[in-house]
Amino acid sequence: MSHPTSVPRGSPLHYLMLALLATACLLPLVIMTMTSLKTEAQIFDTQWSWLFAPTLDNYRAVVEENHIERYMLNSLKVSLAATLITLMLGTMCAYAMARFRFLGREPLSYSTLILRTLPPAVLAVPVFVIWSAWGIGDTLSGVVLVYVALNLPFTIWLLYGFIDQLPIELEEAAAIDGCGPFRVFYKIVLPLLKPGLAAAAIFTFRLAWNEFILGFILTNRITRTLPASISNYITDTGVEWGKIMAAGVLIALPPLIFTFVAAKQIITGLTAGAVKG
Amino acid sequence: MPSARLARLTPYVYILPAVLVMLAGLVYPILSAVRLGFYDWPLGTDFDSARFVGFQAFAEMLASTQVWTSMGITVAFVLIAVSAELVLGIALALFLEKPVRGMRFFRTVFVLPMMVAPICVGLIWRYLFDANFGPINHLSAWLGLSPQAWLADPVLAFSAMVITDIWQWTPFVLIMVLAGLQGLDESVIEAARIDGANAWQQIVRVKLPILKPILIVTLLARMIDGFRGLEVIYVMTFGGPGLSTELFSLHIFKAAFISQKLGYSSALSILLLVIVSALSLAILLISNPLKAKARR
Repeated sequence: MSHPTSVPRGSPLHYLMLALLATACLLPLVIMTMTSLKTEAQIFDTQWSWLFAPTLDNYRAVVEENHIERYMLNSLKVSLAATLITLMLGTMCAYAMARFRFLGREPLSYSTLILRTLPPAVLAVPVFVIWSAWGIGDTLSGVVLVYVALNLPFTIWLLYGFIDQLPIELEEAAAIDGCGPFRVFYKIVLPLLKPGLAAAAIFTFRLAWNEFILGFILTNRITRTLPASISNYITDTGVEWGKIMAAGVLIALPPLIFTFVAAKQIITGLTAGAVKG
Repeated sequence: MPSARLARLTPYVYILPAVLVMLAGLVYPILSAVRLGFYDWPLGTDFDSARFVGFQAFAEMLASTQVWTSMGITVAFVLIAVSAELVLGIALALFLEKPVRGMRFFRTVFVLPMMVAPICVGLIWRYLFDANFGPINHLSAWLGLSPQAWLADPVLAFSAMVITDIWQWTPFVLIMVLAGLQGLDESVIEAARIDGANAWQQIVRVKLPILKPILIVTLLARMIDGFRGLEVIYVMTFGGPGLSTELFSLHIFKAAFISQKLGYSSALSILLLVIVSALSLAILLISNPLKAKARR
């Protein structure tokens, strides 16, 4: 938009407000991280301490006692596969919807728009039942399938918006030069679509990495995804706070890193649909 | 002419894989849920032994006080949390509207609560609200206030759920409204200023009316999320104490996997589906990407 130097400095009050808000957003996350670095005794202390000697014992414990690295690997596989497949299928579908007039386009558009908001709780029982009937219950592929399906409607509409804004003249010129429709798609459209693909990738990865309830229903002790493995630390006698916070930090970290790397794409994705432009 | 026929088939080749996955992963499960709603089927038994009971589950649902309690709690939660988020978010956006240096960094920080896994959010706030060693009670003690058993008291637990939602989603409203304000035509505000409108009149008479479509879409999106969400509360209170924080999505989950009534749970999920689809349709009527293209 505008060059950084042309943006004015705000008033001290303005920055004070921003700083307060930022603190409110960050403080709970900081407390989670601090708790994960405390010993059991420090956590259950009647006094809250900001200063303490941090220990990695909780992280060591979740690896040695609970093998959290297995669940992280499961989650990584599921998230990467879901993201890759969603992007491939979503881009193709969005391209057809933006650039072709075909019978069934309207019903397809409206059904994807409505499916965008499908509650996971509606899917829980039928997917649990159907997946075991299909022999993909308790498998990572089963989890990937449901995440791809859940992500597709949003991805299609996000990418539809991006493709819709690309100048169609480039594609027409390539077609006149003798490119078939599939080559036009790969050589012209895909490269121009990178910002849209980045936004779609982040949102898909975030859902697949963070999702708990379907991952919990559709996996067993071995195929547990990382968020679903949280239940390991909640027992009848209470919550193992140190370990569960360490696991929490490990779950929270990748999306937080993404946010700092690609804040612009995330804000584009968040505001897509409601705010034009 | 084979090439003309190929050209006509091209879009279908493009949409086919996505359509198949959505049919298998979304549409077929939804249809199955509708069908299961007519059966009495305990979890862990074979479907062949399930009994067809017609509308019995739906009748049971409509007569259940638990269902209406949970629905009432969900509606109250959505209304209170979402109005608080809208008021706070709009006020903050109007205050922070002017672009200043460093805003990009702050906007990134504001996105963080939304990016963190809901399960982490539930975990963090369960810890913060803990009666014995939670930082919120430490803070109360330091301020000379008496500590509370936040998550053990029905009213306090409900408030804790609302506070958690406000923490996570007010930044969303802020970012939506900021994006809307940035796209606002400067000359309209300028014209209002020249006509003698003061700051308050500019906000109420000019800015808010222009922002109305964005505000309504934000409102509906948050309401839909309120009906869809269960993960935060799953970890934080699991619906308790009693039914005081039992959001409807969580009630559906518990009906299936705690009470082990798959058919009944499916009937409940159809009710949820109808509510959420109605809200979703309302969004479409206001902001339809297809119509937006036609208008341009």
